Amino acid sequence: MTTSIDMVLIVDLVLLTLLCLTALAIMLVRHLFAVVALTGAFSLLSAGLLVTLDAVDVAFTEAAVGAGISTVLMLGTLALTRRREARSPKLSPIGLIIIFFTGATLIYATPDMPKFGAADSPGLVHIVPSYIEGSENDIAVPNIVTAILASYRGYDTLGEVAVIFTAGMGVIILLGRRREDEYGYSEESAAFPLRSLASDDETGKDKS
Amino acid sequence: MRHHLILRVVSKMLIPFIMLFGLYVQFHGDFGPGGGFQAGVIFAAAFILYALVFGDDQARKVVPDKALILLVPLGLLIYALTGFAGILLGGKFLDYDVLSSDPTHGQHLGILVIELGVGITVAAVMISIFRAYAGRTKAIDKEDW
Repeated sequence: MTTSIDMVLIVDLVLLTLLCLTALAIMLVRHLFAVVALTGAFSLLSAGLLVTLDAVDVAFTEAAVGAGISTVLMLGTLALTRRREARSPKLSPIGLIIIFFTGATLIYATPDMPKFGAADSPGLVHIVPSYIEGSENDIAVPNIVTAILASYRGYDTLGEVAVIFTAGMGVIILLGRRREDEYGYSEESAAFPLRSLASDDETGKDKS
Repeated sequence: MRHHLILRVVSKMLIPFIMLFGLYVQFHGDFGPGGGFQAGVIFAAAFILYALVFGDDQARKVVPDKALILLVPLGLLIYALTGFAGILLGGKFLDYDVLSSDPTHGQHLGILVIELGVGITVAAVMISIFRAYAGRTKAIDKEDW
């Protein structure tokens, strides 16, 4: 029994240490291509931590969205802009103090949290027992997360899908049309899409 | 993209399995981890991998933009109409109990259908967002790789 607990502790410590190292590297590295790769690694490590917390569904999403899709999207953005961070940020003393106090407050408050997985923690006693019972007897779905997401909280999930729909539509309307179809392709419009957009506006004004 | 032989061969082998895994996550979501959202992202990842390796133009031939723009609202519609089907059959909005004569079976059916709706919308949106970005850059020259 004790050995299994120690194993979990070791896995947690290794994952958290790697997570901190990745975060530091993201802060210090100036080459944005490397930063994008590191954020992917950060997401994958977070997914590993979520697995140790038995939140498999969340870990799944984090690995697929955080490490997969958003890395590709950031690389796509990088292809449109520069690959190197221009300004090296200076350490601001006020920011450092704020971060230090926020971190200290969070650590100070952590022991007051209910023990991880405790059955009498406030979040678990209100409505969760009826969900667990219901998803076993009424819905008969082994994965309680799916039962809650799709059935008990069906309204929320509908709202989430509507959010994704709206976000997708926004991107399609704003960026979806290919530049070369409309204006003719130029090297500059590819490298600086925003600048060429602005110049398009100016020429439009001149005409009117 | 005539070069990168290994990349092309390996991704050609991988893409069917990624899609199969996406379908598994989609329809096995009530029994194991996963569901429509994760399945949609995995499915989109297969198409994005294809677009990355074989080029954006080739990927647009597989799933045309016009099909994609129809799929984005289709998933949301499936979800919402399942909710209205509950009202029409005498229940409440998004009440799956009335979808079948047996309430438990109705719940299973409802969850399956709305998860499918979630999967369709998420996959279509992810591919669309990727295309919106990828369509703005020129293909990278051979020397730049």
